[in-house]
Amino acid sequence: MASDVRLITTSFDAAEETDRFSSNNRDAGGIASFLGKVRPTGGTLALELSHYEPLTLPGMEGLAADAEARWDVTGLLLLHRTGLMQPGDPIVLVAAAARHRRDAIAAVDFAMDHLKGDSWFWKREKRADGWHWIEPREQDFADLNRWG
Amino acid sequence: MALTLVFLGKLADIAGAPEREIDAVPSIAALIAGLEPELSAVAGGDKIKIAVNGKIVADRAVFTLRDGDEVAFLPPVSGG
Repeated sequence: MASDVRLITTSFDAAEETDRFSSNNRDAGGIASFLGKVRPTGGTLALELSHYEPLTLPGMEGLAADAEARWDVTGLLLLHRTGLMQPGDPIVLVAAAARHRRDAIAAVDFAMDHLKGDSWFWKREKRADGWHWIEPREQDFADLNRWG
Repeated sequence: MALTLVFLGKLADIAGAPEREIDAVPSIAALIAGLEPELSAVAGGDKIKIAVNGKIVADRAVFTLRDGDEVAFLPPVSGG
């Protein structure tokens, strides 16, 4: 089972990545994917993601292993941007290939909740009045607690 | 004889830079006590996790620092 886990410092082409994932997982019965982007509405002018090298990628690799242990997936893709992004830019792409759809959909949902609420990323966004650090929200903890 | 300190997220703003070197101290308590007051208050808080050489410290009260260690201060991650 091949998982592909990457931290990326420059923009990526989500369509190209999902196509490649699909051709690397030809035996799958289905593929689910989620693409997260910098919201183009709400007054955000730019988003900057920082990470801590010794923890962030190893944490993502651990998350991929957890998802693989939990669901019957045949392939998993976790891509996450760091650095400076503009509204509309892709931030995160998660895809799972499985024999049956529920495993693929659940693995993507699980990985996204943990990438957002439990991975080593810090975000700040630039609005008209300057830069603001984004604090964790109650919803992020609630999302994580869904998985026990 | 030195330690490298790494400040993540908003701690980098409070510290004035994402990284600095300080003279070695034996414990995390001594390290935090030696920071300037505002940074010390935030970095020493319960919500801040501390990693030494890339591993999260489980019990900072009993952890012994060694020369050359990299000590990272990690505020809660941003989520949504």
